[in-house]
Amino acid sequence: MTELTLVQAVNRGLQQAMHDDGDVILLGEDIGLNGGVFRATDGLQKEFGAERVIDTPLSETGIVGTAIGMALYGLKPVPEIQFQDFIYPAFDQIVSELAKFRYRSGGQYPCHVVIRAPYGGGVKGGLYHSQSAEAYFAHTAGLKVVIPSTPADAKGLLLSSIHDEDPVLFFEPKRIYRAVSGEVPEGDYRVPLGEARIAREGSDLSVFAYGAMVHPALQAAESLAESGPSVEVVDLRTLAPLDEKTVLASVEKTGRAVIVHEAPRFCGYGAELGSLFAEKALFSLKAPVVRVTGFDTPFPYALEHLYLPNAPRILHAIRETMAAG
Amino acid sequence: MTAEPVALPYDRPALAQALGADYEERLLAAHHWMTLARELDSRMLGLQRQGRIGFYGPATGQEAVSVAAGLASRPEDWIIPGLREQLIALVRGHSLARYVHHLFANDRDPARGRQMPCHPTAREVKYVSMSSVVGTQITHAVGIAYGLKLRKDTGVALAFFGDGATSANDFHAGLNFAAVLGLPVLFCLTNNQWAISVPVERQTHVKELAMKGGAYGIPSRRVDGTDFVACYATFAEGLEAARASPGPLLAEFLLYRMTPHSSSDDPSRYQAPDWMAQALAHDPVRRMEELLTRLGILSDAARTSVREEAARLVKEAVNEAESVGTPTPESMLTDVLATAPSPVAPRSEPA
Ligand SMILES: Cc1ncc(C[n+]2csc(CCOP(=O)(O)OP(=O)(O)O)c2C)c(N)n1
Ligand SMILES: [Mg+2]
Repeated sequence: MTELTLVQAVNRGLQQAMHDDGDVILLGEDIGLNGGVFRATDGLQKEFGAERVIDTPLSETGIVGTAIGMALYGLKPVPEIQFQDFIYPAFDQIVSELAKFRYRSGGQYPCHVVIRAPYGGGVKGGLYHSQSAEAYFAHTAGLKVVIPSTPADAKGLLLSSIHDEDPVLFFEPKRIYRAVSGEVPEGDYRVPLGEARIAREGSDLSVFAYGAMVHPALQAAESLAESGPSVEVVDLRTLAPLDEKTVLASVEKTGRAVIVHEAPRFCGYGAELGSLFAEKALFSLKAPVVRVTGFDTPFPYALEHLYLPNAPRILHAIRETMAAG
Repeated sequence: MTAEPVALPYDRPALAQALGADYEERLLAAHHWMTLARELDSRMLGLQRQGRIGFYGPATGQEAVSVAAGLASRPEDWIIPGLREQLIALVRGHSLARYVHHLFANDRDPARGRQMPCHPTAREVKYVSMSSVVGTQITHAVGIAYGLKLRKDTGVALAFFGDGATSANDFHAGLNFAAVLGLPVLFCLTNNQWAISVPVERQTHVKELAMKGGAYGIPSRRVDGTDFVACYATFAEGLEAARASPGPLLAEFLLYRMTPHSSSDDPSRYQAPDWMAQALAHDPVRRMEELLTRLGILSDAARTSVREEAARLVKEAVNEAESVGTPTPESMLTDVLATAPSPVAPRSEPA
């Protein structure tokens, strides 16, 4: 075990994968000599060479399209998109190609690419360095979507993603790249995909969150530790495929659900959870499901502290839900 | 409207130089495949009109390029097709029967009828699965070539795309990446002078599309794409050069689209009446037959029997495909992911 920040854990995960498997290739903008603008790939080009840690020209469709070709050939590419906000030039490659290769070829061409991208607000990044675009990808059949919230999970989920067989979008909460640190196991440590984590047990209400939002959710829950209610916090970790079992078990136990994400509310990931509860857990619910989310606006610069969900807003939603029934 | 074919100017010494000492054999093999392709196109367009298959995208007029690529490439080379290169898979050994099962989208289509016709996958001959999205395949060829180079594999990635695709994002990204990274890619631009209704002059402001390769530092040239001999020499030379010192090359094959864009298209809305006369004068199959006849390589009787054989092969494959049913309903739900459970069928549907 070593105490690491989240971004260091990502770095160690990549290092481990590259060390264990010569097919693992990194590619992206500024990831080599410079070690990535967030230093996620720091030192890796020096250790593994410029053939395996490739500084590419500036084209996201080029990066992802090339990674897809590498995967078709049999390599295990892990492209980095410098900010998730710049993934849209590669959207076509991800949605039309990456997600559909296995299906459209009748299994002849599986396409295993792990796309890493820092996402989310709280870094004063304005419209184009702050977005949470997970819902677009979770909506697309053929993709897995993974978001860690702790250093240990960042390494463990990343290694599982790289050793998976399916395309994975691995979104890293950049706001807590350095703000959160924790013990991370050494070596080839893996956390299985498709399993949510009960970050805190509780009996009266469940808060569902992922990525950076897990932390204000935990703060809100802790602040009620003395007075009650008893709040459970579920860290989804894998958004697609969703761990329905754990999620439904929690809401069936507590009967109340608050869903938290940074992305806008309308058609956000929380809408899927709300529908799931309506379809499969309606008779366990004691109060309406509440969402705490970003606003249905582009991501603002000066007022991001108002835009982003935080512990007080989550606390307010918890109290409202408890009062409703 | 009729037109005399623009003759292929070769004599025997020129053919030996372009195709090697066994040029007769190679020309006859090429003629067989071109004839089969022509038969397949006309038969399938007919079946589509009768409603027996759902869609068809002919490659009439582009046979010389595909046959040359199929014959000049080696098993270790990868084919990353554009819209009209299905013939390459067949020339490289994909079975006609399987391809026709795919055209019928039946239960023996290797991809379980999931894609529209003319989108085959043939991994056994390194023919990559295509989408319908114009241009996206170009960067895939770059990644495949990266693997080839990294693993010191002697293969080359052959990327095919049309004149319309040269305006798409991945054309620019793909050429740029391949050149910067020094990768063994042969960019094969099939300029049939149309992107559905848009003529090539409305697609680009450069005189020849091959000039675009120069902007990325890629050696590029234009080739007569209806001249099998020139096409074969281009592939043979290009593949050898890319193998010897990895780095991309671009060949623009000048072609004439001889059919509607697809079974859903009506060119009378946008094509001038004299287009077909020009196209017919460059018909690659007639040019080839005229050459073979002139040099005494193919007799009239032999030509007739090649055509009859092609008709028989296609007919047999069609009969077989029509006897196979549609894919099972369950096949819709598999191959989405390797490790996750199949997605659940819509719950409101009756069982
Ligand atoms: C990205 C995209 N835009 C539009 C279409 C619709 N479409 C299909 S083929 C085609 C023209 C393609 O022209 P070209 O690249 O020259 O290939 P050709 O059909 O002539 O072989 C268009 C517009 C598409 N399939 N993909
Ligand atoms: Mg065209």
